Amino acid sequence: MRSLVFIAVMLLAGLCQAVERDYKLKPQQVADNTYVLIGHDEHFSFANGGNIVNTGFIVTEAGVVVIDSGPSRLYGEQLIAAIAQVTDKPVVKLFITHMHPDHFLGNQAFEGLPIAALEKTQDGIRLMGETFNDNLYRLVGSWMKGTRVVAPNLQVEPGLEEIGGHRLQLIAMQGHTGADLAILDQTSGVLFAGDLVFYGRTPTTPHANLDNWQSALQQLQKLDFKVLVPGHGVPVTSEVAISQTSSYLSWLQQYLKKQADSGAAMAELLQPDAPQNLRELAVFKDEYTRSLSHLYPALEAEALADGTVEQQP
Amino acid sequence: MRYRICSLLLLLLATPLGLVAAESPADPLNSVMWHEMHQRLLDGAPVVFDERVQVSAPAVAEDSLNLPLWIDATALGEVKRLLVFAELNPIPKVLDMQPIKAAPRIGLRIKVQQATPVRAAALTADGVWHLGGVLVDAAGGGCTAPSIGSGSSDWADRLGEVTARLWSREHHSRLRASIVHPMDTGLVAGIPAFYLEQLEIRESGGDLISRLSLFEPIAENPVLTLDLPKLKQLTMDGRDNNGNPVAAQISLESQTGGSRQ
Repeated sequence: MRSLVFIAVMLLAGLCQAVERDYKLKPQQVADNTYVLIGHDEHFSFANGGNIVNTGFIVTEAGVVVIDSGPSRLYGEQLIAAIAQVTDKPVVKLFITHMHPDHFLGNQAFEGLPIAALEKTQDGIRLMGETFNDNLYRLVGSWMKGTRVVAPNLQVEPGLEEIGGHRLQLIAMQGHTGADLAILDQTSGVLFAGDLVFYGRTPTTPHANLDNWQSALQQLQKLDFKVLVPGHGVPVTSEVAISQTSSYLSWLQQYLKKQADSGAAMAELLQPDAPQNLRELAVFKDEYTRSLSHLYPALEAEALADGTVEQQP
Repeated sequence: MRYRICSLLLLLLATPLGLVAAESPADPLNSVMWHEMHQRLLDGAPVVFDERVQVSAPAVAEDSLNLPLWIDATALGEVKRLLVFAELNPIPKVLDMQPIKAAPRIGLRIKVQQATPVRAAALTADGVWHLGGVLVDAAGGGCTAPSIGSGSSDWADRLGEVTARLWSREHHSRLRASIVHPMDTGLVAGIPAFYLEQLEIRESGGDLISRLSLFEPIAENPVLTLDLPKLKQLTMDGRDNNGNPVAAQISLESQTGGSRQ
């Protein structure tokens, strides 16, 4: 009996050693020279290793331009390997769309290259990066092995930038976070919208300003794109992802405001009354519950300010 | 922490002497601390796990400094005391409420130090505690982080200030009140425990409606939600552990609100 246990333990130990963490990244072509690596429509978990995000790259004549580096050092390395399956050209520049960990913790694999982000994104990563990194270790475990924060080393100047025959329009926006970079490749018509746009997956709001976010979506809608790559969810060729993101955010805002104005306590709202099409978005319950924590305190403070109180001496 | 170890030791010593009530029932949440909580917070009194005591909280604390709770024991009828505790917190006790004329339910936000059961115990007139609870996962650290207000300059001027609103509902008045207070736990080096301790809600005439004892784990700038008998005006009086007062009169009439719902 004891020897059986011993064998079982050794087998398990062997198995653990043999496990190779593989994100199985597969670049999917969305336009000429333009590829996207699509993440899972899930929350961070050990099973998905944090790969819940879309990253992408453009193969230009001057080299490869990468958009976002993924959730870990390992992802960054495997992203570079996946790029090498498509082209021999070296990576020449990495853009980080915003400060959230699933979009920049792969930066280590690109150390030494120009890593560009908006100024507030750089600040946010310097300030919050380590906290994000620790938190992801807690959520996805060993996939994060050896990951440390590499802050972007180059500030994005909004406007046109031409790289190897691709005219990139760099658009500074905000709403999902305090600084959200959208990139429209005017040459191919591909719009990398970052997390300003989600599709089929519930948007996240930890650093959101919903009014600014809606304005950004209106701006994005006016752009002349052929393909839109959302930060999470599959790429689309129409405005459908923009309008879905917008309708979720307006429902969220209106529902929470109405509840705050009628005096609901925060934890009374854990089972929200939401339209069926929004409830069907991936991870609706989890993300709605998170958003309740992010957004309700401010709405509740506004509602309470309408009350009549006399401070007594 | 030392207190917890000491009480664990005491428990170990006490067990053979039969000081631990034998009838502490099995815990549906399987918490290692349940038996100790039963002794420490409920004096080993008779308890039943009872679905009529509802604790609503997110399964995961998005913010360890602000875990929202909604506690509802109204299905029990009359409740003498309503106790709320998060048993794996370094300071487990959160709130001790005597509902008196208020409904035995309350909304509040708390700090959590790690994943923990969050429970409510409602004492009925027959001397039995009825328990409800949920497990909440958390990244943690909520009790050993300094309050945000203590890092800014204006909190002292506004200490004890009440922002509140009354809503008239079909069978009761809903009170929501937010009180400026750092609610420091005393577990951060160099920052002593500093928290609201006592609140009393009275009709303007003076009759006591409800009495609350608050403890360190309640989140900074507490926001409390209570259901009271129908009334147009009330007073909220209290103090913190340093004797600073809270005193406010809250009325139904308001410029823009009141009838909005």
